[in-house]
Amino acid sequence: MTTITQGHAAQDHAHDSHGPGHGLSRWLFTTNHKDIGTLYLVFALVMLFIGGAMALIIRAELFQPGLQFVNPEFFNQMTSMHALIMVFGMIMPAFVGFANWMIPMMIGAPDMALPRLNNWSFWILPFAGTILLSTLFMEGGGPAAGWTMYPPLVLQSGNSLAFAIFAIHLLGMSSILGAINIIVTVMNMRAPGMTLLKMPMFVWTWLITAYLLILVMPVLAGGVTMLLTDRFFGTSFFQAAGGGDPVLFQHIFWFFGHPEVYIIILPSFGIISQIIPAFSRKPLFGYSSMVYATAGIAFLSCIVWAHHMFTVGMPLAGEMFFMMSTMLIAIPTAVKVFNWTATMWRGSLSFETPMLFAVAFLFLFAIGGFSGVMMAIAPVDFQYHDTYFIVAHFHYVLVPGALFAAIGGAYFWLPKWTGHMYDEKLGKIHFWLSAVSVNILFFPQHFLGLAGMPRRIPDYATQFADWNAVSSIGAFVFGFSQLMFVYIVVKCVRGGAKATAQVWDNPEGLEWTVPSPAPYHTFDEPPLVR
Amino acid sequence: MVSKRGLVTRLVIMAICMFGFGFLMVPIYSLLCEITGIGGRTNETVAVIPAGIQVDTGRMVTVEFVAILNEQAPWEFRPAVSSIQIHPGQLYDTSFYARNLTDHELIGQAVPSVAPGTAAKHFHKTQCFCFTSQKFLAQEGRDMGVQFMIDPDLPDYVDRITLSYTFFVQRQPVDSPAAATSTT
Repeated sequence: MTTITQGHAAQDHAHDSHGPGHGLSRWLFTTNHKDIGTLYLVFALVMLFIGGAMALIIRAELFQPGLQFVNPEFFNQMTSMHALIMVFGMIMPAFVGFANWMIPMMIGAPDMALPRLNNWSFWILPFAGTILLSTLFMEGGGPAAGWTMYPPLVLQSGNSLAFAIFAIHLLGMSSILGAINIIVTVMNMRAPGMTLLKMPMFVWTWLITAYLLILVMPVLAGGVTMLLTDRFFGTSFFQAAGGGDPVLFQHIFWFFGHPEVYIIILPSFGIISQIIPAFSRKPLFGYSSMVYATAGIAFLSCIVWAHHMFTVGMPLAGEMFFMMSTMLIAIPTAVKVFNWTATMWRGSLSFETPMLFAVAFLFLFAIGGFSGVMMAIAPVDFQYHDTYFIVAHFHYVLVPGALFAAIGGAYFWLPKWTGHMYDEKLGKIHFWLSAVSVNILFFPQHFLGLAGMPRRIPDYATQFADWNAVSSIGAFVFGFSQLMFVYIVVKCVRGGAKATAQVWDNPEGLEWTVPSPAPYHTFDEPPLVR
Repeated sequence: MVSKRGLVTRLVIMAICMFGFGFLMVPIYSLLCEITGIGGRTNETVAVIPAGIQVDTGRMVTVEFVAILNEQAPWEFRPAVSSIQIHPGQLYDTSFYARNLTDHELIGQAVPSVAPGTAAKHFHKTQCFCFTSQKFLAQEGRDMGVQFMIDPDLPDYVDRITLSYTFFVQRQPVDSPAAATSTT
């Protein structure tokens, strides 16, 4: 794909005067893309454990039928907050963190195009996260009507709804600013010779993701603003009493919500597209088809939203359209999966931890993809709708999908970030614990859903008891296994075997031409890409 | 290549336009519902029945009436009959009974919905208590009339239609005379 001239070996010694600041102010006022990337990643990791703790409360309650630990209102707050935190507070910031760290280094740019904006888009997040979490301590508790916030139920929330909506506004604003920054960086700051079709896949997927973010996050902002005015200022966008229609909210929400799932998964595709070639010792198979498949997925994602609402009473023609267009997404996605498989075909494979996570991603994401195709079929969706089957489906694409890609990416680039190799043995143990427990956690939920167990309810009929117990055991093993990840990362930051500039066995990409750890400033003089 | 400033401006404009588009979805959706009958919406003002509609005496359709109250609504509310058999093309009368259970005046608004949605555009109400808001004195109860016709173009596969009303308390202050009709 790209050939790189190494003409900047000396550049990392020339900038001692522009090193990192000291103490807290380094992090508060930094405009350095690597610092900001680190901040994003640390924030995401903290949120992973907050959201994860909520998930464990849910699974603890569901371990046995009946009510054991929490009351139903708190249970509903947990399901809603778990989703909001994980989607807006964890997985999206994590990928923006990767983008900040890696995109400038991958395209040979010295920094992001709008560094001050970059600082701002990060520092909005802790405030937004705090506001969102603070709703749990308010009168009436946090949002409890699901992360989808469907009216009319959500309009019966207490005053804390206003805080939750404001937090969503802030989180959305942060993502939009981040997206603008990424697009401008990619469009304007590529090294000479780095044409669009020579960019690494990770950069491509993020470029397309950033456009999706700008397209749909403002629509969500509009939708939740209407909720706000309906709840507090007497408008009737969604209130039937005043001539509104609650189903309209579902259309607005999913017009955002479906592209949102690709906003989460496309950067994961990007990371996987970096990891698999590196450990197959082959260039990515079908590079340009990967680019077009990504663009195709992004386009299709914008016209399929109503498959989330087959049961609202759509006309037959509508169900047909959304069913067909949804199933069409399987084609570009399959192109990607086959390309990854073909990249591994006859490659000189080795299975270090990042590769293990990437291969697990391939298998387990495909399971989530298949159950997605099942639910795309409108007539059978009526059985799956709002059951644990959908819970199993989207957790398969989000946890062993997006989260595994993020963890794999972290292992992949940790030596580049810290200058030390992580503990490979512990990494492998972390992988196997995660990969086994994630299946114990989510696979039984398919059975529960098909048998008719509804989601978002703290109690269930006794026939569901066995698989729920299995699922909860998996949840606790998976949750606590992630503490190992923190230990491995901390250990790697503190020390370990020195990493070489290449880290891995001759991987492709500009980021592997700078020393490890990557100096505070890289590519002050653009590299030449042929 | 677009300059950095130019690109940023374009992207910001794009974001603002999409924010506007979110609100634009409200009238678009409303229009789509009116055209297609999605959401079971029926006419909100008096329907004009075109002249020369033939009564289809060979066909019987069941029309069911449903009265819905949301949680804690201070009404008694029910249909006079739960269902009737009708011929398409003919006008029928029925009524719903409502009673104010509180000790003060209330203004109510009924919101109709027709299921299945595909039948909604063939369901014409020539008189309906849902066209205006309804004022109830304390503890007052009364029948409220509906007159409707189902046109003979109703698709063949529909043999059962449900007309449901949800009866809401309006937010407007009770003593202002304008409030009684302002939100219909």
